[in-house]
Amino acid sequence: MHELGITQSIVDAVLDAIEEPRITRLQLEIGKLSGVVPDSVRFCFDLVASGTALDGARLDIVEPPGRGACRSCGHTCEFDDPIVLCPCGSADVQVRSGRELKITAVDVG
Amino acid sequence: MCGTCGCSDADGVRLNPEPAAGSVPVRTIALERQVLAKNDVLAAKNRIWLREKGILAINLMSSPGAGKTTLLENTLRELGSTIPIGVIEGDQETLLDSNRLRAAGCRAVQINTGAGCHLDAGAVGEALTSLDPPDGSVVFVENVGNLVCPALFDLGEHRRVVIASITEGEDKPLKYPHMFQAAHLVLLNKIDLLPYLDYDVAGFSGNARIANPSVDVVPVSATRDTGLEGWHEWLRANLTQVLTA
Ligand SMILES: Nc1nc2c(ncn2[C@@H]2O[C@H](COP(=O)(O)OP(=O)(O)OP(=O)(O)O)[C@@H](O)[C@H]2O)c(=O)[nH]1
Ligand SMILES: [Zn+2]
Ligand SMILES: [Zn+2]
Ligand SMILES: [Zn+2]
Repeated sequence: MHELGITQSIVDAVLDAIEEPRITRLQLEIGKLSGVVPDSVRFCFDLVASGTALDGARLDIVEPPGRGACRSCGHTCEFDDPIVLCPCGSADVQVRSGRELKITAVDVG
Repeated sequence: MCGTCGCSDADGVRLNPEPAAGSVPVRTIALERQVLAKNDVLAAKNRIWLREKGILAINLMSSPGAGKTTLLENTLRELGSTIPIGVIEGDQETLLDSNRLRAAGCRAVQINTGAGCHLDAGAVGEALTSLDPPDGSVVFVENVGNLVCPALFDLGEHRRVVIASITEGEDKPLKYPHMFQAAHLVLLNKIDLLPYLDYDVAGFSGNARIANPSVDVVPVSATRDTGLEGWHEWLRANLTQVLTA
């Protein structure tokens, strides 16, 4: 389960960036096409955050949908599935969003 | 929710509670950090190191037992005298695979990930230093057998090759699309077993192209030496590309 390693990277990155002694909320962006399961990250978070400035912090996860443009017909479509199919039948879709895996904000104090 | 600036979350507008007397008020700090930034920095370092030495690095991924080590043994036998080849072996435990490759006359370094289900750029960077491959060589990184996690981690490699074997069924590209989307080449292994299975090679290729429209599928048998010219050709062409880039 790579979510444990990913969650560890998230916690490390936040602690690197923020020097405050107590972080009360962490906001992430995990796109629907990112290959990372938000529920697994939630499951790992308490464990990994324990004993750090993030201990007890609330975790908010925003999940941007997949969005892309079909190279065959030009149609722009939304999809939540990593198998991307345009209504025209083409699988050749250029993905514009949905692959996000980012830390976007924290609350401190 | 405002999806443009991320100013709020799924709970909508939220008032932070009045801070208790004497405590610090809550402040929100905007951050913009890629979760895998640390890995990506190390991967970029590996890429520079490889470029300076003119080494082609290939990340070999598959489910457990699809035939990665067998393919490498075969490749060493066929090409080892003309192309210097080194291998970084990733497994959760044991030295079995690196011992097999050393027995085949190859420089090999083993990484044991323990509970970890994939290799990351940091471990591969250390393994590259200890492997110390000669300039102009090919380094194969045999990733941990797993069709899920290795697809997420850039190791600094130039190419990603996914091996699927026909005993796994035709549907794997649809069930594990991230892996097949990451691939530059798909080898379909164990085709010597076709007479014993109900397997649809064209169906598999079609599924691979649904996940990744530009990917080539090369059917091979690593134990019977079938179809491997296509693989060797691909390897030579990519080595030339990387050396002249
Ligand atoms: N019939 C047949 N068997 C094969 C072929 N290639 C590999 N095998 C067998 O499949 C089994 C697993 O092969 P390995 O090369 O160890 O597979 P691997 O992907 O390196 O396995 P892990 O490192 O454990 O993930 C062995 O028993 C091989 O002999 C093939 O082309 N045909
Ligand atoms: Zn995993
Ligand atoms: Zn279309
Ligand atoms: Zn192996």
